[in-house]
Amino acid sequence: MVSFNLLIAVSLAYVAFLFIIAFVAERQAERGKGKWLRSSVVYTLSLSIYCTAWTFYGAVGYAARSGLEFITIYLGPTIVMIGWWWVLRKLVRIGRSQRITSIADLISSRFGKSTELGVIVTLIAVVAATPYIALQLQSVTLSTAVFANSSGQNWGAPELASAAFWVAVGLTLFTVIFGTRNLDANERHNGIVMAIAVEAVVKLFALVAVGVFVVWGVAGGIGPTLDLIDASKIAEWSPPGGRWFGLIFLSGAAFLCLPRMFQVLVVENDDESRLSTASWAFPLYLMVMSLFVVPIAVVGLDLLPDGSNPDLFVLTVPLAEGRSGLAILSFLGGFSSATSMVIVATIALSTMVSNHIVVPIWLSSRAGGAMMSGDVRYAVLTARRLSIGGVLLLGYIYYRLSGGGEALAAIGLISFTGVVQILPSMIGGLYWRGATRWGAAAGLITGFAIWAWTLFLPSFGADEVIPQIVLDQGPFGWAWLRPQALFGFAGLDPVIHAVLWSMLLNSAAFVIGSVLTFPLPLERLQGAQFVDVFEHSTGTRSWTHGGAEAEDLLVMAQRILGSTEAQDIFQREAGRQGKEGYLPDVTPQFVEDLERELAGSVGAATAHAMVGQLVQGASVSVEDLIAVADETAQIMEYSARLEAKSAEQERTARQLQEANEKLTALSIQKDAFLGQISHELRTPMTSIRSFSDILREGGATEEMQARHAGIIHDEAVRLTRLLDDLLDLNVLENGQGTLSRQEGHLRDVIDRAIAASVVGEGAIKIQRKRTEEAISLDTDLDRLTQVFINLIANAQKYCTAADPVLRIVVRKAGGRIAVDFIDNGDGIAKEHQEMIFEKFSRLSDHRKAGGAGLGLAICREIMIRLGGSISYLPGQGGAAFRVILP
Amino acid sequence: MGKRVLVIEDEPNIIEALSFILSRDGWTVHTHSDGVNANERIRATPPDLVILDVMLPGKSGFDILRDLRADPEMQALPVLMLTARGQTRDRELAEKLGVNRFITKPFSNAEVIENVRALVTG
Repeated sequence: MVSFNLLIAVSLAYVAFLFIIAFVAERQAERGKGKWLRSSVVYTLSLSIYCTAWTFYGAVGYAARSGLEFITIYLGPTIVMIGWWWVLRKLVRIGRSQRITSIADLISSRFGKSTELGVIVTLIAVVAATPYIALQLQSVTLSTAVFANSSGQNWGAPELASAAFWVAVGLTLFTVIFGTRNLDANERHNGIVMAIAVEAVVKLFALVAVGVFVVWGVAGGIGPTLDLIDASKIAEWSPPGGRWFGLIFLSGAAFLCLPRMFQVLVVENDDESRLSTASWAFPLYLMVMSLFVVPIAVVGLDLLPDGSNPDLFVLTVPLAEGRSGLAILSFLGGFSSATSMVIVATIALSTMVSNHIVVPIWLSSRAGGAMMSGDVRYAVLTARRLSIGGVLLLGYIYYRLSGGGEALAAIGLISFTGVVQILPSMIGGLYWRGATRWGAAAGLITGFAIWAWTLFLPSFGADEVIPQIVLDQGPFGWAWLRPQALFGFAGLDPVIHAVLWSMLLNSAAFVIGSVLTFPLPLERLQGAQFVDVFEHSTGTRSWTHGGAEAEDLLVMAQRILGSTEAQDIFQREAGRQGKEGYLPDVTPQFVEDLERELAGSVGAATAHAMVGQLVQGASVSVEDLIAVADETAQIMEYSARLEAKSAEQERTARQLQEANEKLTALSIQKDAFLGQISHELRTPMTSIRSFSDILREGGATEEMQARHAGIIHDEAVRLTRLLDDLLDLNVLENGQGTLSRQEGHLRDVIDRAIAASVVGEGAIKIQRKRTEEAISLDTDLDRLTQVFINLIANAQKYCTAADPVLRIVVRKAGGRIAVDFIDNGDGIAKEHQEMIFEKFSRLSDHRKAGGAGLGLAICREIMIRLGGSISYLPGQGGAAFRVILP
Repeated sequence: MGKRVLVIEDEPNIIEALSFILSRDGWTVHTHSDGVNANERIRATPPDLVILDVMLPGKSGFDILRDLRADPEMQALPVLMLTARGQTRDRELAEKLGVNRFITKPFSNAEVIENVRALVTG
């Protein structure tokens, strides 16, 4: 019997040990001492996160249920590793040359830095990984429960759930602490890699120890073990070819596509040569891991009572034999498997979630200024920490929802199938230039949908998400859409069925989508970089190894920036270096500057790619590159021309229209003005001519003749006044004539105006307060008088009151002096108030006034010239004008 | 009693001049000096001839003529138009609207009498 408390204590000590390992490794790396951290051994061991709790515990269970088939899960990665030269090497090279941070970044980057693809891949990865993380939580809790129950505690669902919760919390903490310490451009995590390498050793050691114990301690040697195997049903089993191939394919593909595997294989890789070691060392590791699976399975089946969970044989066999120390070691092995997987998976997923979903949203929701501050760094780290918590929370939720009852292997395969939906886009992107983002998106979405429909959603169990009737008869009774018998292919294993259809349709959608659409220039450029990565890069991404000719750079720069600007930049740099002409030395600084210049035109990614290609001594890609540059330049030039053209046309059209409007307005004004003048002149002339005809014809009474002569006289005066006004207005409007400034008093000005305008019987009564008018003025007093005369005369003419009164009020308003002329008549209707200062705007009801309607227009012009103003003052009872003095 | 002529004009001196010469020629002269009610005035007591100014307060002579010609009973009523603006466009518009004669101010008295006689007797 193992004390449960001892187990907890040992586990905590183990976790503390991992903390120390990670911490020390980080410190060493920070001080630049950690070369030993980056060895091929550590790299290989870090790959062992492929072997999760599913492998550690589940392989035995798998063997107990399905015999040797569990081997397929190891064969896939083994084949991939052995064939590292063809796929992995390329992935790693691209990952390094493109500074890829995750598999989502890889797909996004390949297809022209497509944000959408990054989001799609991230979502697929998160959804597919969730059951897998749940699986790890489940294995840790199940294994803990084994100890708890063996030490007399009876763990039920509540205890399991709370254990799972605390495990999730602990993992979140660990991952946040070591996974988001810094924000390296290369996204390498020395501490964590070291910790998982240690865990890899622990789990291998634990499994081998249990295996050795089982073979030599329980079964009694190799011979008896083989006998036991022969006697078990595992020996009866014969491989069904199709399913094997399907699973080998699935595991190999998943090995490449799992976000956590991509993280350790590509992102954490610091040197391609690690691959050649890992290519044999990792398969060896897998072989050792699988060596004792069958013996443990058969011994467990033999030893333990029927109905024991074969997934836990690794633990329960030592426990049954009373080997508590071995059991604890085994527990730690399982614990290591689970935690290392969760930690790396969480880091990988949180990187994707934060880089492709959270940060873009955050950035787009803020002003661009944040890009320049330390804000971004903090935001990215926060996003990543929250994402880590979120991913683990999802895993925990799935664990609670799924009830934790599934066999481990089944859950693992569901995850595998989900994540391999990325494979067609990835492989297509690596080897086929013609692949486009639309193809990738189509393939990814198609594959994901089929996976969800045929495998993921049914995995919750019938009637959980998909009703039983849909499983049996298809949605809406469409039998061909039955989740586990698409297009009528019934009888297949659900996993193989899902893999077959999703891969087939995913690839088809990818190819068709790519063929039907045309890649953008950036996509073509990225495509070339990915597909021909070995021709284009040396594996080192630094401008210091510059092999580029200044001329090449100039040629390229000219195509992008245009000749003048490019030559200008090169000449300036050459001058700075003390050289003549256009070809400076290609210094790293210059290349960086140039890249920034180019980035302004074609965007940072493309500029970087273009410069990178040239500077890194690309042997053949110059033509390719130039073609892209040409195309880009042409497109840019073309669109710029189009834009310029249409902008110019628009501008011209607008100018024309404006001119036309102005002309029209002018000509309308001129027409109206001429018509008005014509009318104003011809009207008195008509009377004059008509009455002079009458006089000439004779025959009228003397009285009549006198009257007619009087009319002729009045009309002649009117005509003269009109001409005077017109000339006066013309002088004022054109700013001709000089003002004769004089000093004087407002009171005198008003006196003179009244004297000049108020004449005869029935004249308007003036009310004023002379004391208020004691204000000295320095302006053109004659003009001011003219304005006042006009206003008083208007009041005389138009005030309709029976007893007309005009009040002249002097006020001080806002530091200026206002003289208001307010009569007691009807005032001026609101609709006329605005136009009364216009020429000829004499209100037509008052023809008797005899003016030409120029008076107020002249007043306005005078006040403008004097530097004051005149306006109509509404709401005063009668007509009211306010003159503000200069 | 002579034929009735309605003078629609807003300038008092011109009204007086026209009234004088037309009366002297034997016409019964009615005058109206507002644009808005001109059509009502014409329909109320249709004259034998209308002398119509263009620039009237409230409603232009053109509008009055248009409304007048829209009434079938008034299509034959002779209209002599007077304008002080004297632009060809005005003349064209007046002719389009169905004016009978068109005189530009200032006019000679003989010109008015001649046109008036032509319109009513001819």
